[in-house]
Amino acid sequence: MTEAQTRLTAALARVPYANFLGVRAELKGDELTLVLPYAERLIGNPLLPALHGGVVGALMELTALTQLAVAAKSEKFPKTIDIGIDYLRSGRPVDTFARARVVKIGRRIANVQAEAWQDAREKPIAAMHGHFLMPDDTSN
Amino acid sequence: MSEPGYGEGDSVLDRVRALVKFTPLAVAMGLEITRIERAKAWGKAPYKPEFIGDPETGVIAGGVLTAFLDQLCGTAVIAAMDAPVIIATVDLRIDYMRPATPGRDVLAEAHCYKIGKSVAFVRAVAYEDDPENPIAHAVSAFMINSDAGRKPGANLKERRK
Repeated sequence: MTEAQTRLTAALARVPYANFLGVRAELKGDELTLVLPYAERLIGNPLLPALHGGVVGALMELTALTQLAVAAKSEKFPKTIDIGIDYLRSGRPVDTFARARVVKIGRRIANVQAEAWQDAREKPIAAMHGHFLMPDDTSN
Repeated sequence: MSEPGYGEGDSVLDRVRALVKFTPLAVAMGLEITRIERAKAWGKAPYKPEFIGDPETGVIAGGVLTAFLDQLCGTAVIAAMDAPVIIATVDLRIDYMRPATPGRDVLAEAHCYKIGKSVAFVRAVAYEDDPENPIAHAVSAFMINSDAGRKPGANLKERRK
C-alpha cells in the first residue's frame, strides 16, 4: 500500500458510517475507487432484490468527499452543501463501485460528479453531482 | 377481491407503514415510520454512533439522511396509492442546510404532492424539533410500477452485457 492509500484508508476508517456500510477505498495514482461489498442489510427492495437507493447515494457522496480530500491533499473531509442523485439502473445484490471526478475546486466551494456501477463501468447504476464546502484550514 | 380503500379504515395505510419492517436497510438503521396519512409520511432516524460522518464533532453522515429521506419519500408515494405497487427512485436532490445536532434523533416528513400514472413527485424536510429549522430538504421523483414485468428474484440473474 502506498503512503497516500494508507492515509486515505485510515481517514475513511475513522468515519463510522463508512464502516457501517462496509465501504473501503482503493487508490491507484490519484484515481480513487470506493468499493461497497454486497451485504444483505443494504437491500431496499427484498423482492427483486435491489440495493437501497440511499446506500448507493451514500456511497457516491463518500466517494466525492474522499476524492476531494485526495485532490486537496487534506485529511479533512469537506461538508456537503447539496447533492443530486440520478438512479439509472436497479442495484443488484453484488459489489458496487464508485468513482468521483472533481470538476472544480474554488476557494470555498467544490463541484464534483460521481458514478456508481456494478458489472461494467460503462453501465452505471447511478450518477451524482454535488457541491461541497471546502475546509478553510487545509494549508495549516 | 378488492383491497379495502382508504375511506374504509386504515388497513392499507397500516400495511404501508409496516413496509419499513421488510426493508433490510431500514431495519439495520432502525428507521421508523412514526405517522402516516394519505400521501404523507413522518419518520425517525435514531442517532447511533455508527452513523457518525465526522468523528471530531459526532455529526451524522450525509448518507444517513440520504437513506432516511429516500425511504420516507418512497413511503409517502406508496401512501398516495389506492393499491400499492412497486416503485423506484428516479432522482433525489438533497440540500443540507446545517449539520444535524450530535446525539439527537432526526425526524422528517415527506409529502407526495403529485402522483400520475408513471411518475410521482415528493418533497421532504428533516429536522430535530421544528420543520421551520430544517437540517435538510429533499425533492424527489419516483417511477411507479418500476418492476416493468420483472419477476421477484430478477436481480439475482446476471445482467446481459
